[in-house]
Amino acid sequence: MTSIGATVKEPGSSINNKTGSWRTFKPILDKEKCIKCENCILFCPEGCINKDYDIDYDYCKGCGICAEECPVKAIKMERE
Amino acid sequence: MDIPEEEFLAPGHRACAGCGATIGVRLALKMLGKNTVAVSATGCLEVVTTPYPETAWKIPWIHVAFENSAAVASGVERALRSQGKDDVNVVVFAGDGGTADIGLQSLSGAMERGHNLIYICYDNEAYMNTGVQRSGATPYGASTTTSPHGKESFGEDKPKKNIPMIMAAHGVPYVATASISYPEDFMKKVKKASEIEGPAYIHLHQPCATGWGYDPSKTIELGRLAVETGSWILYEIEDGEFKVTYRPMERKPVNIYLESQKRFKHLADEEKERIQSYVDQVCAELKI
Repeated sequence: MTSIGATVKEPGSSINNKTGSWRTFKPILDKEKCIKCENCILFCPEGCINKDYDIDYDYCKGCGICAEECPVKAIKMERE
Repeated sequence: MDIPEEEFLAPGHRACAGCGATIGVRLALKMLGKNTVAVSATGCLEVVTTPYPETAWKIPWIHVAFENSAAVASGVERALRSQGKDDVNVVVFAGDGGTADIGLQSLSGAMERGHNLIYICYDNEAYMNTGVQRSGATPYGASTTTSPHGKESFGEDKPKKNIPMIMAAHGVPYVATASISYPEDFMKKVKKASEIEGPAYIHLHQPCATGWGYDPSKTIELGRLAVETGSWILYEIEDGEFKVTYRPMERKPVNIYLESQKRFKHLADEEKERIQSYVDQVCAELKI
């Protein structure tokens, strides 16, 4: 089979690149305060907060949207 | 609203911290699901999601050139249909440059031919990928590298091109505007677009921290301010029927939106008033 251009055959292979190293401020979630509204999950540009509200620091770039959008201020941004 | 957990855009992509485009794509793909082929125009999204030899996409994805994402999607749609695969969603993600300027003719052609596809324009109101040059979708007064403010200029001197209305003029079955800051509204529209037979167009407003000049944590807040001030209006046109899908309880002054971004910081009161009166006029027509 001939192909023109470039093909990448491994879906989602960008996970090889750990963007957590970009981070200056780290979001810390207080699960006691969390009301499970899903705002942080929906608004994360990396999609790196799972349904149990665990933040994947391998990829979190520290943008702070989750902390900003948390209605009960359960997420604090702490300097790395 | 039941929002599927599964993600079809992997992390590790190179988007700036606080990127609005990747939020939009994540939300759209949650609604479209696994049985989807995505096409991208050249732009931020294409560059940040596919740094060769990696890809962030977990579904089949294709990029050809800047101007032809709608033509490529047309071909993909026809090829799938000829193989009897009528249930596959074909979705285009193109920026405002790839939609309002460079890709407009191929988009118009695809809409005219009536392909069964969804075209989502993620609008960050300038060519962000190449360093913030103005596009047809750049709003009045915004300072970009090709519409800089200074002694001779107050920034972009032309109003934002109204692409959703140009699409509506094609008589396609579904046209909608959306914002990443109103995820349920956006996702409902994506769902509707996928269920409709024929072309659907969604214009997704999406703040850009790098190009607009604000703290990355404010991406959602800025999108919300655009809607709350009446600067961006959420509506849909289904089979020619126009409906506003979100009305702010009380419309905020446009100043709040303008003053929170570096691209509008230079504006004098006179220009701000001109923007406010334009917004007032549009909102009066729509009773917002």
